[in-house]
Amino acid sequence: MNFNISSRFIRIWQRNLTVYKENWKVNFLPPLLEPFFYLLAFGIGFSGMIGGLIYASQEVSYVQFIAPSLVAINIMYNSFFENTFGSFVRMYYQKTFDAMMATPLNAEEIITGEIIWGATKAVIGTAIMLVVISFFGLVSYPAGILIIFAAFLGGIAFSSLAMLFTSIVARIELFNLPTFLLITPMFLFSGTFFPLTGLPFWAQKLAFLLPLTHLVNLVRALSFGLFNAEALIGFCYLVIFCLIMFPIAIFKMHRRLIK
Amino acid sequence: MVEINKTKPVIVVRNLKKSFGSFAAVDDISFEVDKGICFGILGPNGAGKTSTIRMIYGFSPITSGDIFVFGLDIKKHYRKIKACIGVCQQDNTLDPDLTVIQNFEVFARYFDLDKKTAIERASSLLRFFALEQRCKARVTELSGGMVRRLVIARALINQPELLILDEPTTGLDPQSRHQVWEKLENLKKQGITILLTTHYMDEAARLCDKLVIMDHGKILAQGSPQSLISEYTGENIIEIAEPEDELRAFSREKKARQEDLGHRLIIYAENGHELYREICGRFTHKSCILRSATLEDVFLKLTGRELRE
Repeated sequence: MNFNISSRFIRIWQRNLTVYKENWKVNFLPPLLEPFFYLLAFGIGFSGMIGGLIYASQEVSYVQFIAPSLVAINIMYNSFFENTFGSFVRMYYQKTFDAMMATPLNAEEIITGEIIWGATKAVIGTAIMLVVISFFGLVSYPAGILIIFAAFLGGIAFSSLAMLFTSIVARIELFNLPTFLLITPMFLFSGTFFPLTGLPFWAQKLAFLLPLTHLVNLVRALSFGLFNAEALIGFCYLVIFCLIMFPIAIFKMHRRLIK
Repeated sequence: MVEINKTKPVIVVRNLKKSFGSFAAVDDISFEVDKGICFGILGPNGAGKTSTIRMIYGFSPITSGDIFVFGLDIKKHYRKIKACIGVCQQDNTLDPDLTVIQNFEVFARYFDLDKKTAIERASSLLRFFALEQRCKARVTELSGGMVRRLVIARALINQPELLILDEPTTGLDPQSRHQVWEKLENLKKQGITILLTTHYMDEAARLCDKLVIMDHGKILAQGSPQSLISEYTGENIIEIAEPEDELRAFSREKKARQEDLGHRLIIYAENGHELYREICGRFTHKSCILRSATLEDVFLKLTGRELRE
């Protein structure tokens, strides 16, 4: 196949935005409330036990440490679930893609639109979360603004990965496999709730392969206003990840959609 | 700049093949659809109807052969072709996340139509299909008949020259079917060329000016419904339930074209009245009927009577 993607992919993005706006009250709640709950639980409940820790050779509070992780996790969840469960429902149950393919749109544009939409959802969620955690003084500006761009980049990465799973699974229940074997371990072991230095050496190496580790590093550096090596490596990792995963996702979905 | 050709046949299909692995779903078919007619593709389940029209509207790649729509090669100009056709797929592809009117707005955007045009066209289409009351409803709240009318209405948002329908009335109640037929007849009067697939013979007989009968990926016959009937079955059909052997022998003697189904004997006759009277006179029979041949007789004769799938 040859990739034939015109700017028409925006039409699919617009379709999803129209649906999102229909349910905006429900859609706005999770990114608004989730950081509250986490920060309450960890900030009040947990930090008494932990106190502070050292990040980038400075003493930081536990809440300061995990706030950027929550943003990164939210990016992963938003884009991954949008393009697994969400896209699968549109493709398989609602036949939304079939309807689109009877119009001037083609399969590549549909998948591109879906992935860009998944990333957009991550950006919207991130923007809302940033507002909330900024009230707690947990983001350093102006560098913190760049987290929005990190959300888009991370969103494309996780949306492309999600789309790849969508191209493979036969039934919607099978998404539980990548969720529990990949997403949940990443949620826990990507330097999210404790520094990776707390893990054995081999586990650190393993964690270094995971995309969430790099997204967490990037978002954390930005929220502290740092442009360190970890942030640069994280950025490069995510760009390369997208450059590989996005075409694969399009190729595999094309094979699934076109019969 | 390629332009849409308005004089040639709307669709030209030449030596078209579609294979899935070693299975030939469409096996070397050719036909043409003239402007302004309703053209039917008939066949039992799995005959290759859907595969054929999917290639015509640019959904499936062609294995070999050619398709020209409006004189344009579908392989090269699929976008231009798709912009000028309306497609109603077999499944309900309405967007359940949206209301009726939003379905039109969103669908119109796929064709790069602006919102004002979309709303104008949508309201006149909703009126035409008697759905204007349900404009704000969610599509999940609509009945099967309404859904089907709405799918057809939505397919007309780009004012297509060609409307392609895959089994437009499957699963509908008789009232809804008749309403859909009436609307399609109206559309034909407006000059829209219609291509439809169906396995309902009454539908094909009522709507189609010309049709092909397909089975196992091949075209078995093509022509107008009436010409197919006279060619393959003759004017009349005599159907006899529980025929006795003498009657069978008599019928063979008469050299009548017939089909013996065991419990039922079907005789195809050019002028059946005489034969019918003769049979009724010589054999006292509990159930012997004379009727006009229909497209269904042609269909069953050509595609056989065994069950599919």
